[in-house]
Formats: sequence, C-alpha cells, structure tokens
Amino acid sequence: MTAKILIADDEPNIVISLEYLLQREGYTVVVARDGNEALSSIATERPDLVLLDVMMPHKSGFEVCQAVRADAALQATKILMLTAKGRETDVAKGLALGANAYMTKPFSTRELVQKVAELLGRPTEGSA
Amino acid sequence: MKKIDPRLLLAVGVAGLVMAAWLLLMGVVVWSTLQPAERAAVGEVLAPRAALVVLGWLAGLAVVGGALQVLYRRYVGAPARLLEETRVVLAATTPQQLKPRGTAEMQALATAVNELAAQRDGLRADMDAQVAQASHSVQQEKNRLAALMAELNQSVVVCNRDGRILLYNQRARQQFRTLSQGTAAAAGAELMGIGRSVYAVFDRQVLSHALERIHQAMARGAPSPSAQFVTTAQGGQLLRVQVAPVRAAQDHPADTPSTAALSGFVLMLENVTQSVQEESERDQLLHGLTEGSRSSLANIQAAVDMLGYADLEPAMRERFLAVVRDEVGTMGQRVNDLAQRATQRLKTRWPLEEMLGADLANAAQRQITAHCQRTVTLDDVDASLWLKVDSYTLLQALTYLAHRLVDEFEVRFLQLRLQPVGAHAQLDLVWSGQAMSNETVMSWEMDAMRFGTERTPLTVRDVIERHGGEMWFERDRVRHQAFFRFLLPLASVQGPVESALGDESSYSRPEYYDFDLFQMDEQGSALDDRPLSELAYTVFDTETTGLNPAGGDAIIQLGAARIVNGKLLRQETFEQLVDPGRHIPEASIPIHGISQDMVAGKPRIAQVLPVFHAYAQDTVLVAHNAAFDMRFLQLQEATTGIAFHQPVLDTLLLSAVVHPHQESHRLEAIAERFNITILGRHTALGDALVTAEIWLRLIPLLQEQGIHTLRQAREAAQKTYYARLKY
Repeated sequence: MTAKILIADDEPNIVISLEYLLQREGYTVVVARDGNEALSSIATERPDLVLLDVMMPHKSGFEVCQAVRADAALQATKILMLTAKGRETDVAKGLALGANAYMTKPFSTRELVQKVAELLGRPTEGSA
Repeated sequence: MKKIDPRLLLAVGVAGLVMAAWLLLMGVVVWSTLQPAERAAVGEVLAPRAALVVLGWLAGLAVVGGALQVLYRRYVGAPARLLEETRVVLAATTPQQLKPRGTAEMQALATAVNELAAQRDGLRADMDAQVAQASHSVQQEKNRLAALMAELNQSVVVCNRDGRILLYNQRARQQFRTLSQGTAAAAGAELMGIGRSVYAVFDRQVLSHALERIHQAMARGAPSPSAQFVTTAQGGQLLRVQVAPVRAAQDHPADTPSTAALSGFVLMLENVTQSVQEESERDQLLHGLTEGSRSSLANIQAAVDMLGYADLEPAMRERFLAVVRDEVGTMGQRVNDLAQRATQRLKTRWPLEEMLGADLANAAQRQITAHCQRTVTLDDVDASLWLKVDSYTLLQALTYLAHRLVDEFEVRFLQLRLQPVGAHAQLDLVWSGQAMSNETVMSWEMDAMRFGTERTPLTVRDVIERHGGEMWFERDRVRHQAFFRFLLPLASVQGPVESALGDESSYSRPEYYDFDLFQMDEQGSALDDRPLSELAYTVFDTETTGLNPAGGDAIIQLGAARIVNGKLLRQETFEQLVDPGRHIPEASIPIHGISQDMVAGKPRIAQVLPVFHAYAQDTVLVAHNAAFDMRFLQLQEATTGIAFHQPVLDTLLLSAVVHPHQESHRLEAIAERFNITILGRHTALGDALVTAEIWLRLIPLLQEQGIHTLRQAREAAQKTYYARLKY
C-alpha cells in the first residue's frame, strides 16, 4: 500500500521535478494546478499528504488549507506548505491555519523527501 | 452735528419758570396793596400791554439761556472734555500731557493732572529701567538661543493646548509657505502665524491621537515622552511630525514624576517624502530579488537534484535540463525588469513608530468601547512589549473589525490579547460564539474601512501590509471562541531611543513667538462672551477706485495686520494690490497713490479674497468705518462665494463710544489724540496698522466703561450707530 501525495502548484517547472522525485521514492503522485483543482482533487483522490504552494490562481494555499481543516472528513490529510514567501509571518500564518509543516523555497529535495517521510510516518530508507 | 445735553435744556426751562413765577409774585404783591379804583386803572393800563410783558420775559429768558450756555461750555463741557483727555493719559503707556485751556481753575486742574501724570511716568520709567536691567541677562540668553533655533534645519512649531501656535521658526514658515496654496500676499501667513490653529494644517484626529499617547506616557512617568506620526500634507508631501509635550508646571521637585497636564506641545516637522520614496524603492527592489527569485531557484535546484541521479533516462534528463534553461532565462529577465523598475515610483512603505504594547492595548480598548458600546476586556496582555506600528491606522483596523462583529454578528463581549512570538507580537481580537465563513473574513479584509459616515480609502489588508505583518481568522473550538490574530513587528530596542534634547530651556525665543498664549483657554466660552483683550483680530483696510461700490467702484488694494493676545504682529501682515478690472479715476489717484500701471498684471479680487479669507479665519474683523469696507467685500460674495461671517468691529463707532464729546472721529484725529505716529498713511496696510494701534488703545478705554466682552462692544457700537442716525 503506497501513500498518495497531491502536488498542488501552478508552476510546471517545479511540478515536473517533484513528480519525478516522489514517484521515484515510491509514492503515488497526483497533480493539481490551482487552488480549486487542489480542493476537488483532495476530496476525490483522498491523498495522504498535500504539497501545497501558497501562491496559486483562484484559491491561495492558505485558503485551501483552511478549507481542508474545516472539513471533518479530511482531518487525516497532512499538509506540507511550500512557498516562496519566506517571511516569518507567513510561516506562522500557515502553521496557525493547520499546515503540518512549512518549507520555504528554495529547498533541497533531500530535505523534502525526509520531511514527507516524517509526516507519513515512514522510515527514510534508501534516500540518496 | 453734536447732540445738545438735556441738562442744559432743563436748566434753561427751569430758569424760564423761575422768572415767570417771580414776575407773577411781584405782580400779586403790588396788586394786594392797591385800592379797587387803582386796581381797575392798572388793569386798564396793563391789559393791552400783556404781550409786551411776555416779550420782556422771553428776552430775559434768552439772555439767561445764553449766559447758561456759556457757563455750560465753560463749567460742564470743558470738564467733560478734560475728563476724556485725562482718561487717555491714564490709559496711555507712553508719557503724554494735557493742553491746559479754559478757565483758570480748569487750567490749574489740567496742570495738576499733568504733574500727576509726570509723576506716574517717572515712577513707571523707573520701574521699567529696573525690570529692563533684571531681564537683560535673560534676554541675552534668549537671543543666543533664538539664533540657534533659527539655524536649526528642522521646523519647530510650539502650540498651546488648543493647538494655537505660539512659536515657530523661520524654517517652519518656509515649509508652510510651500504648502500654502495662496498667492504671495500672505506668504504662508494664512497657515502659519501666532495664534493660528495648527489644525488648519494637520488632521485633528491624528494629532489628538499622538497627544493621547503622550498623556499615557506621562502618566506612566516616562522621562521624556514623545510621539511621532507621518501625515500627508497638501500636494501629497509626506511630513514626519514629532510631538513632544510642554508640561504645565515646572516648579515642583524634578524627581517626582510629573503628572501635570499638558500646557502645550512642540511639533518638529520634517519633510520625508524624498527619503521614504528612496527607501521604499530600495526595499521593493530587494523584495523582488529575494521573494521573486525563490521560486525559480527552487525549480532549478529541484531539477539539478534530479539531474544528479545516475540512472536518469535521457528523455527525462532533457526535460530537467529544459527546466534549468527556462528558469535561468526567467531569472535573467526578472533581474533586468527589476533594474528598470527601480527607477520608477513604487508604493510607499509607511514609516512605523515605536509604541508600548500596553499603551496600544489600552488605546484599542478605549476606542472600541467608545465606538461599539461593548465591553472590551484585556487578557493576557504582555505590558512590557514594544511594538513597531502605525498606531492610528492599526487602531482603525481593530475598531473597524470590532464594529462589523457587533453589527453583523451581534457580538456582545470582546477581548484583547497581546503576546510575543519570536520577533513578532500577536495581537488577538477575541469573541465568543458565532464564527463566520472565510469568505466573510476575506471581504472584511478587502473592504475599505468605514466608520459611520466616515470613510477611509484603506482596507484592513493595507494596514497589515503597512506593518509587514499578517492577519488571519482562527477558531478555538474548545473554548467556543473565535479571534482575529494580528502578527505585528516588535521594536528592535526596548523602548524608543529618547533623543537627547538637552536642557529644556533650549526652547527659547526664536523670531516669532508669544508664550503668553499658553494661558489662553478658549474652551467653553463663545466668541461673543470672551474678553476683548483675549481675542484675535484681523485689522484691515481697503483702497478703492471710489466711494460707490454699487456704482461699479472696486477694491484696488487690500492691507491687513493681525492682533493676537493684545499684540500687533507686524511680521504677519497682508498686502496686495488688486486689478479692479476698470479704469482708476484720475481724481482718486492723489488719495491712494495707486495708478493704473501699478495694478496691471496684479491678481483680480476673485483670486485675492480666498487668501484673505483664510488669513482672517478665526479672527474678529476690525476696520475704521467698517461698513464701507465690508460693503465692498460683501458685493463679491455672489461671484466668489467667499463670505465673511465673523464679527466685525468698527473703530470709528467705538471711538465715539469712548469719546462722545470729541468733535472728530476721523482716523487722523483719533491717531493724534492717542499720540500715534502715522507712517504710510493712505496705503491699505499703513491705514490698517494705524487702525490696529487705535484699536489696541481703545480696548482699555472700553474696559473703563464696563465694556469687556465682544458682545458688549458690539452692542455699544450699535447704540452710537443709531444715535448718529438720529441726529
């Protein structure tokens, strides 16, 4: 049983790398390209974890996060926020709104893999 | 025509009656000694000559009347005039003598009065000399400091509690001149002047907010409390204003914390438009380079990391390389764009001030309570926090949110919390009960804030961004509470840096000041009931093409001076030639000395009046024969829309109130009576200055007659006006 991860980001240039990376790590990967798509995807695909970008069209990552946390059925969904907004206030807001972790761009893929594994409660085997 | 004293008429009447009675009495006495035959004979003789008797009586009466008139002039009229002249001597501040005339006794009396006056003047000169000596060293010190203040590169304005300006330096005047919309006539004096309200320039709300914070700091016993704010002036200039208090009493020991009320405040102004702009542009550039490049760097890094895998298939490798090329291109483009944008104008970043958290919480509590009529409690407030905020707009945002909670969700109790988190402070506006949807919160954040009928262009989001902070809405399900959380920057140092102002006495005499205004308190009494000596006056005069405004005569010169707190302010005068838009009659030129080519190219009255209106704001108008000048101003009301609603006093009428026995109330005659040297008579400003001097001398004379307030002066003037109409 592999864990399912949703990548919600409107930038194809990061999605392509993340998708490749996470598939390589053995996860099932789903992609959403804006806030609305992310929300519907979360509802239908029921991912275990969402990599959530803050700056997205239609609905921001903050709003998606709030909506997920407001839905009792989705409480198990882990949220890892990824954003270019590096200010302390943004981090605090993301965490306050219910994100499980927050990473500021740019980040190393190794750290990301570690963080994802941590959140999903998996041992970090074989991470290169 | 002078009025005849009723006492004189009465005296002549009584004399007539006494003469008639005496004639009758003598007749009766003679009649009683006569025999009946003699009586008949006398009757026969007298009856046809009765008219002669009456005529004799009338002639006698005329002689007596004439004698009485002469006596009246000598013994009643002359003393009355002497009395008036003596009163002038009594009120005079410079030595003045009476001219002895009339009877020997009157001359002796005048001489005696002169001797008394001389004695008084001698004593006064003596005292003046002593005072002058005593204050000489003080004055020297003041002068030194005045010079220093004039050199200051910062504008300094000192106001009393009511915001009336009592001191300003040259620099401040220059600054206000650039803000002034007027012509050169007043050179900024319609905004900046002794006794003027500083609220003509600054928003009352913003300034009183700053003062309130100073009050709080003083109550706390802060060593040198001050506040600052940034405000936009006319023309979009940004002024940073530093406010420092002037405390009421300095005579108690210095080590007891002064809780004395403010007696005034000092404003230090700085035009920060330029520096804020530059700083903001630099900031924006930096922001664009960091935040904007983060995504690109992330994309590149991720792709490079993937390229590091040895087992990468060639197709994937090509895709990751494409990502790297694409992102590098994007970044290059961004750097170019930013370099270009750096030269353009960017959104202003607002300078923030340092404020004690407890002060902010207290102020918010007070403001929300006052605005929403709801109980606001403080809970978990870390009183020792120093924040870096724009407290005015932040309080607006808090009040606005509270207002909507009360209005739309019927929230009854509100709570404020303030705690530090890392380098920030979190300020919570908490309520119990119903929570709202995220859409609602979003719209509250993005709507322009309104308070009743008052609107601001700012949104809550703008306020947050001004602070570089964040705000969100959160629920506390366990406690059945919901709250708005504000993340606000903390001040980098504990407490604002108290600027070393040095000795307090360093605020001393600059070029323009009147510290006596500290004592003035205008609250609570209407203009009409305030003493004449306390009021501010604009004394003005006009020169015109002729005497008939309705017939097309027009103003060609307007001159004015200000009197504040009993002092004529010669450096804040108003003088403007006006193009009348018509021919100036040759005959009038010798009177005012203004020829056609002098007014060519000068502004028209429609341009001059708005400036004069601003100049005369909040003052009582004074003119000699004011009705004439006012008529010219009022005729412009329809075309310019400028109306002068303030009270008007007329020195001609008031001179008649004070000196009813004088023959002439022409400007020259009064000036001569008061021993005023006339300079530049028959220019508008020259006459206005003479009128002002006269008015200053009339005030104490009116007081002697029990006329103290503006209302009394206006009533008295009206009576003489009616009196003059009758005769």
